[in-house]
Amino acid sequence: MVAPLVVAVTGLNATDNPGPGVGVIRSLLHARDPGLRVVGLAYDAMEPGVYADGLVDDVFLIPYPSQGVEPLRERLAYIRRRVGFNVVIPTLDAELPAFVDLAPELAAQGVGTLLPTREQLDLRCKAKLAALGAQGLPVPASRVLTDVAGLYTIHEAFPYPIVVKGPYYGAKVAHTLDEAVHAFHAMAAQWGFPVIVQQFVAGQELCVLAVGDGRGGLVGAVQMRKTVITDKGKGWAGVAIRDEGLDALTATFMKASRWRGPCELEVIRDAAGGYHVLEVNPRFPAWCFLSAGAGMNLPFAVAELAAGRAPAALADYRVGTMFVRIALDQITDMAPFSSMSTAGEIVRSEGASR
Amino acid sequence: MSRPLYERPVIARHQTGAMNKFSRAASMQPQTHVDGVPVDTLVEAYGSPLFVFSEKTLVARYRELRDAFARRFAKVRVTWSYKTNYLDAICRVFHREGAWAEVVSEFEWEKARHNGVPGERIHLNGPLKTEATLRRVLPEGTLVHIDNFDELALLERLADELNLTPKVALRVNLAVESIPAWGRFGFNLENGQAITAANRIVAGKRLELIGLHCHLGTFILDPASYREQATKLAHLANELRRAHGLVLSFLDIGGGFASHSKLKAQYLPGDQATPSFDRYAAACAEGLAALEYPAGKEPTIVLESGRALVDDAGTLISTVLANKRLADGQRGLVVDAGVNILFTSFWYDHDVVPAQPFGGIAEPTVMYGPLCMNIDVVRDSVMFPPMRTGDRVVFRHVGAYNVTQWMQFITYRPAVLMIGADGRHGIIRKREELETLLASEEVPAWL
Amino acid sequence: MQRLRDLAISDTGFVFDPFSGATYTVNDTARCVLDGLKRGLHRDELVALLADRFETSGEDLSRDLDDLVHSLRLFGLVPGAFEVV
Ligand SMILES: Cc1ncc(COP(=O)(O)O)c(C=O)c1O
Repeated sequence: MVAPLVVAVTGLNATDNPGPGVGVIRSLLHARDPGLRVVGLAYDAMEPGVYADGLVDDVFLIPYPSQGVEPLRERLAYIRRRVGFNVVIPTLDAELPAFVDLAPELAAQGVGTLLPTREQLDLRCKAKLAALGAQGLPVPASRVLTDVAGLYTIHEAFPYPIVVKGPYYGAKVAHTLDEAVHAFHAMAAQWGFPVIVQQFVAGQELCVLAVGDGRGGLVGAVQMRKTVITDKGKGWAGVAIRDEGLDALTATFMKASRWRGPCELEVIRDAAGGYHVLEVNPRFPAWCFLSAGAGMNLPFAVAELAAGRAPAALADYRVGTMFVRIALDQITDMAPFSSMSTAGEIVRSEGASR
Repeated sequence: MSRPLYERPVIARHQTGAMNKFSRAASMQPQTHVDGVPVDTLVEAYGSPLFVFSEKTLVARYRELRDAFARRFAKVRVTWSYKTNYLDAICRVFHREGAWAEVVSEFEWEKARHNGVPGERIHLNGPLKTEATLRRVLPEGTLVHIDNFDELALLERLADELNLTPKVALRVNLAVESIPAWGRFGFNLENGQAITAANRIVAGKRLELIGLHCHLGTFILDPASYREQATKLAHLANELRRAHGLVLSFLDIGGGFASHSKLKAQYLPGDQATPSFDRYAAACAEGLAALEYPAGKEPTIVLESGRALVDDAGTLISTVLANKRLADGQRGLVVDAGVNILFTSFWYDHDVVPAQPFGGIAEPTVMYGPLCMNIDVVRDSVMFPPMRTGDRVVFRHVGAYNVTQWMQFITYRPAVLMIGADGRHGIIRKREELETLLASEEVPAWL
Repeated sequence: MQRLRDLAISDTGFVFDPFSGATYTVNDTARCVLDGLKRGLHRDELVALLADRFETSGEDLSRDLDDLVHSLRLFGLVPGAFEVV
């Protein structure tokens, strides 16, 4: 008999700009794997996922990545002693470097992960995306600027409008040089350098959730078109689609990067049928429950691979499956919140399986 | 049963987004010793504040850097970048390990000579090269990195007058993605200035061009920047070889490697963000693979790392003068080291920990220095346990640029100590006193 | 002092203020002081209470008390003019 999966998952911040953790956990539960237990890892006592009914068995606060690897290492060791876990799935960009660094140690302790390398993480960062273009991935024309002077000649490279982006977050569309200069300074002030200037491409917003095997191959991928987009640009509803162009593009990315683990490609398909990869996120997207709902449960496949199990052959997903997000008020009394804010944990399982 | 230990009573309000007690403060360990010597012993003997340098760390960092490059390049030269920290004791540790000197003024050059470095083992950089300086250093064979065309003309004239053929390098600035260019130093590569300058040196026949130099900037966290830089330098060297048959004896990639400190704008701390010397060296090697030089004629790779060698070896011990509760409820801690001596706290969030065991609830705390100026903040808000007056704190990774850029203001500058590899310790710069300052003052006769 | 008396304080140091809905964490010494304040103790009684319950080593308990009360005023848990006497 194989040991039951006990999976620790981060990203329980299911706000209106949600972290992926709740979607990952719901996918894991969807698999109905005997003995499965879920340990939530949160950064704040008020992360909504902590209070969702039947989602996590146990939940613990962990230190922010900005606090360094050592406090995280200690905290994970404590959680392992307290309730045990054998897989961890980090789901937030900022925590990935720390988990990637800790992965070998965790593996030695019997905790599996399916993560990219530090080099792969660097490769997909916004400022470097153009390098992937050289390997055959269609990325919009872009320039990486550290000086506003670079904007004066940008129209020679590509026409306005242009998108001015910060190194990690933030994007503004500029239609004139004047707007672009303003946006440049705003980005630099808020996010620092470099500032990335990208050709503006209009079209349909498509996303691919893909899991790479780390050898250039694909474990599985689900494609989705956003059908409702919030004022923050987040997909609030979407539908599973199948587009061969996206298949090819996903394969190209996997081959070029030899990606290991989950990632999300954000793609624009323009009116002429051309593709433009805007971003590659190094983790599950928040909408990943669609993959379980459509019949190709990628979060569960990742958990199994991380645990060293050979996953069952993945069935293809059902095109046309939709996800529609809803806002839902959970009711809780003060006790779990009190426990989270004073002890930093809620332990229900005492290490026993469900 | 014994009673629980008293802690200062604290009530902390929960704020969404800040409800996580597992901060660094939760796993923070006091640093009670520096290289095995108790902090208390050090302060009793030498006073507070006190800078302490670890010879062990200096040597370890130096060897790690040298070895990372020596594994990949046949010839490697580490030069000690004097401006980073030019206390004699520090310089001598590096020179003993084999470092040459990299200086940017006649003062630094004199210091290097004073430390026993022969003139021909000194690289002279920077825009501060007066005629008098050059007249002094050229006869000693110092390697001059040319910064601009005026300097080039001056050097050619002096070469004639002194009847010498000075060995020179060209300082080049170039664009590397992701970091702001230090375009004001040297000759620009992309607009052709660098090639023009090289052609002119060759045609003039009065200077011997033996190297290229490029310093990208400081605290560069992405090794890929060096890959790009090295590739561009290699292409330039190839071009000079094709045009003039010139085979350079060195390529100098400057300094700029990061220490384990943390820039204010940086999210992840040094333990995750700072690349190893090995990763920097690997990136340089990948870039320099573009160099088309005959076998056996590979240039020496020159390094000018300052910060990355000395920062981690330097610690500042400081004493708590007072606790404050600020108008907004935040805790303030006044310590006896201010921005006058911890100058780098303007740009870096220094890692600071208590020097004695502690307990109690950590609170967001601002650390102020002792100066009567509002800007005297040595650490922005940091989760920190309760401290009592007279308690000590230790700032880590502060060995670079502080004991050169510090200023004497309001009070005396503190002593600087070195702890030897064998545990011995000794002063390497005395605490200032009234006499120190009066020694360079004069009062005109009419007063 | 009604606000203070209404506070729900758990053994783990979790504090809920039913008036404002705000929550807080207190350490054991602060919990001890809050209990004392609720009972209307004076400064010397509070200091004696702390010294009795906890192992002290020369701290200025009276000064620490003022610091805590300053926080309580800031959070509106005691009236703005409140002083321990
Ligand atoms: C020419 C040159 N070389 C080396 C350095 C040392 O740089 P770092 O301390 O960042 O290694 C500097 C610093 O400004 C410099 O200007």
